[in-house]
Amino acid sequence: MHDKTLTELAAGLRAGEFSSRELTQDLLGRIDRLDGRLNSFISVTAEQALSAADRADTARAGGEAGPLNGLPLALKDIFCTRGVKTSCGSRMLDNFVAPYDASIVEKLTEAGTVSLGKTNMDEFAMGSSNENSYYGPVKNPWDPSAVPGGSSGGSAAAVAAGLVPAAMGTDTGGSIRQPAAFCGITGLKPTYGRVSRYGMIAYASSLDQAGPMARSASDCALLLGAMAGHDGRDSTSVARGVPDYQSELDAPLSGLKIGLPVEYFGDGLDPAVETAVREAIRVYESLGATVREVSLPHTHYAIPAYYVIAPAEASSNLSRFDGVRFGHRCEAPTDLVDLYKRSRAEGFGDEVKRRILIGTHTLSEGFFDAYYKKAQQVRRLIRQDFLDAFDEVDVLMGPASPTPAFDLGANKDPVSMYLQDIYTIAVNLAGIPGISVPAGFAGNRPVGLQVLGTHFAEAQLLNVAHQFQQATDWHLRRPAFAEESA
Amino acid sequence: MAIEHADVLRAAHLARLGLDEGDATHYLDDLGRILEMVDQLQSLDTEGVTPMAHPLDATQRLRADEVTESDQRDHFQQCAPAVENGLYLVPRVVE
Amino acid sequence: MQWETVIGLEVHVQLATRSKIFSGASTAFGAEPNSQACAVDLGLPGVLPVLNESAVAMAVQFGLGVNAEIPEVSVFDRKNYFYADLPKGYQTSQMYHPIVGPGEVEISLEDGTTKRVRVHHAHLEEDAGKSLHEDLHGMTGIDLNRAGTPLLEIVSEPDMRSAKEAAAYLKAIHSIVTYLGISDGNMAEGSMRCDVNVSVRPKGQDAFGTRAEIKNVNSFRFVERAIEFEVERQIELIEDGGKVVQETRLFDPEADETRSMRTKEEANDYRYFPCPDLLPVVLDQAYVDHLRANLPELPADKRSRFEHELGLSAYDAGVLSASRAMAEYFERVKEVCGDAKQAANWVQGELSGALNRESLAIADSPVSAEQLGLLINRVLDDTINGKAAKEVFQAMWQGEGGNADNSADTIIEAKGLKQVTDTGAIEAMIDQVIADSPAQVAQYRDAEPEKRGKMIGYFVGQVMKASRGTANPQQVNGLLKEKLDALC
Repeated sequence: MHDKTLTELAAGLRAGEFSSRELTQDLLGRIDRLDGRLNSFISVTAEQALSAADRADTARAGGEAGPLNGLPLALKDIFCTRGVKTSCGSRMLDNFVAPYDASIVEKLTEAGTVSLGKTNMDEFAMGSSNENSYYGPVKNPWDPSAVPGGSSGGSAAAVAAGLVPAAMGTDTGGSIRQPAAFCGITGLKPTYGRVSRYGMIAYASSLDQAGPMARSASDCALLLGAMAGHDGRDSTSVARGVPDYQSELDAPLSGLKIGLPVEYFGDGLDPAVETAVREAIRVYESLGATVREVSLPHTHYAIPAYYVIAPAEASSNLSRFDGVRFGHRCEAPTDLVDLYKRSRAEGFGDEVKRRILIGTHTLSEGFFDAYYKKAQQVRRLIRQDFLDAFDEVDVLMGPASPTPAFDLGANKDPVSMYLQDIYTIAVNLAGIPGISVPAGFAGNRPVGLQVLGTHFAEAQLLNVAHQFQQATDWHLRRPAFAEESA
Repeated sequence: MAIEHADVLRAAHLARLGLDEGDATHYLDDLGRILEMVDQLQSLDTEGVTPMAHPLDATQRLRADEVTESDQRDHFQQCAPAVENGLYLVPRVVE
Repeated sequence: MQWETVIGLEVHVQLATRSKIFSGASTAFGAEPNSQACAVDLGLPGVLPVLNESAVAMAVQFGLGVNAEIPEVSVFDRKNYFYADLPKGYQTSQMYHPIVGPGEVEISLEDGTTKRVRVHHAHLEEDAGKSLHEDLHGMTGIDLNRAGTPLLEIVSEPDMRSAKEAAAYLKAIHSIVTYLGISDGNMAEGSMRCDVNVSVRPKGQDAFGTRAEIKNVNSFRFVERAIEFEVERQIELIEDGGKVVQETRLFDPEADETRSMRTKEEANDYRYFPCPDLLPVVLDQAYVDHLRANLPELPADKRSRFEHELGLSAYDAGVLSASRAMAEYFERVKEVCGDAKQAANWVQGELSGALNRESLAIADSPVSAEQLGLLINRVLDDTINGKAAKEVFQAMWQGEGGNADNSADTIIEAKGLKQVTDTGAIEAMIDQVIADSPAQVAQYRDAEPEKRGKMIGYFVGQVMKASRGTANPQQVNGLLKEKLDALC
């Protein structure tokens, strides 16, 4: 059962081939046997999972099963989950049992899904390799010497390894798309505002967005339909109807206008990645799409702008972790400042501190205009690049990452790590949706094709990705790791 | 714009992050290189461009003025490091 | 040297919303610690703010009440600093684009003149929690019930030139917000708090002197005293060759002085930036127009109407319009009795005296406006005389006569205070008094005619006494004069 898609598992549950409890038990068993080598979970919530599975089975017996009823999934440990430790990958929250459910957790629970646990991640979602977790790095199931990507590395690895058919991730600068690419799965970052951020621990509020990570575009469509929608508790959530993403999957692609941003095929792009991506684009041409080059002239400025805006917001968002109402508190503080300084120094890891310091510095007096205001101006130019491109073409395509998954420990320097996100980061600044789709391999490591659309074009992205998956079988490849004998 | 040792200590203090001298030196080096990368922004002419705070041009929705929350103090204080008589405890604050 | 004082005020007004500015927790005062601090108020990981529509409406109403510009767009910013009672490590406020732009407030001074004080702007923000220091083995306890209560911070221009003007400005703001019903204005409970910026400069100099900010001065009286002390301190300092330092000071009402708040902290750097969790607030013209159309009559308009339409003195108009509750009470009394001057006299005389004696607010007056109005009616229609009316009022105050609007009639009946206007009855009483007072009658007869006027007082007193105060004094006077003069 572990290598089936959500869509297939849903059919099996509907047909009575197996119960949700049986499916849940099977996957909990795999996690138990295999995750010691991957480290993709921070918490496995077996007991809650089994009772949720039983509720789902009862609902089904009573004729009250929705399309997601009884399907197992995992949640990135950034989503508050009532009664369950929600660590955000940080020592700061190692003792934090969330007293409430995030909006998407509520929605997925109501839909009858079964959460198996909370997945590993870069601390506070800051990272591109999952090496910044207090709970240790996650291994890439395709190659244990490689990183799974980040920050939703645990979610990507767990899905790729067949521990769970789908997992929820968050994406602030590529944190769904890049690990999806590195692990050979499908990951969608929706338009900013499409999915509620309530209960998702904030890294950079104007960039963060939750999305599904699964084995196919069709599975992502199923999940997005359950996650999306307006939430009165999130001011930035958009009051706009949620289309039936699945019904649009089968639309033919003839006449689709694809743009290839020249800036996404330049220096630094791994040749094997480029080969795989160009091959995927030829598949689209064979499906009736037309391809042309476009330019996103401010691409080069996306990473600099991001490393002003995201740390600035983070420095403020993370101020609430002060050792007073929740989270880590140092021993025997002598005064209030000592309480703050030691609790935060002990609770936060290196990368989080780095970003808090950058954000604090760039917002401080005398620097604000040169950094923050400037970055916000550049942000508008970057969004305009995309809007201009979407006047010409329907979707943009390119690599999700300039390289396949790199080796654990390979990027010691923070700046060279940041530059890994060159193709994903501008998307968050612009607020548009993007999806990463498995499109081949560079050696033994997967390559992701990234497809970008204009604001609220998720249905089109899922359709474009799904049609590719009807024509290719990259998304069906499983790592040797997924075999029990391995 | 170069960053100096004192800037790191100042930022650490504003952010209430305990750093010793060694930490500060280590971060000074990293922050210097990050800001050097960020300084590429300065080469771009942004005269007349309105800063963009949100990716969507939406406006604030307003909530009806209704009390929707009930007392969950005991529940919320289960994750608190130190409470007494319903109060969160901190080292004595001298005003 | 002649010195001039320059004062600016920052007034924080808690808005009278039911729920908090960004959450659905109650704003009620006096609850158990932290029982009204919800997930959003506590700043739990992952929570988000959503703006309260009443807070916006109230802020705009205030703006309209001080004839301010209401900008189409306002923006919330984060003011970043760490403090024990600030749960998120930042306060959500409005730094660059406040909801209320420049406006002005008219203040009345004791000499009867008025002055305009400019409002620089007013912005919305969230209140912080409270720190408690008692009985916690040397620890401080944090209560976050107040955290997230909506505040309107009203920032004046440095337009005030004396402690009296500052107090008058604060009273004017108090009366505007209470008239609008956007705050209870209760300074004792902290619903209204005030920071005072004070500096002095040689008279005739344009440049401002260095100012000190006195924090949290929380009564009208303390504002005056704090400023008076501070002005004296600054002048003495300068005259002794010293310099005023820009600093924050605290007013100590016990010692009647301001004190420097010495902290080890360096100058703050609040790192304001637009709050990414909140979107720009856009107010369309129709919304603002609707609020404008539904604005109640404000104190300045009311004062002017009382003076010019009701014919009250400027002083009476000022006193009666100072608070909305007072003005409404007075207007109701006037409506019932139909005589503005009588209504004004009674509200400011007997009623205010009784309220002051028992430290009651007008809202808690045991005598309702209707009861007082009908009592005045009974004077106007000669049912009782003025002296009896005061007796009826005191009885009414004690609850005699019940709660009915016409309790005056009940009391008049029960006490037999109805005025005697029957000439025959009064004449009989006069005859009796004259018969009983031969010595006084003889004196009267022997006196110079121009001195008799004064002597008649004795006879009036005796007749009134005989009537137990119920005889109509004018009638008594007239008849007595006739009868006594007939004896001469």
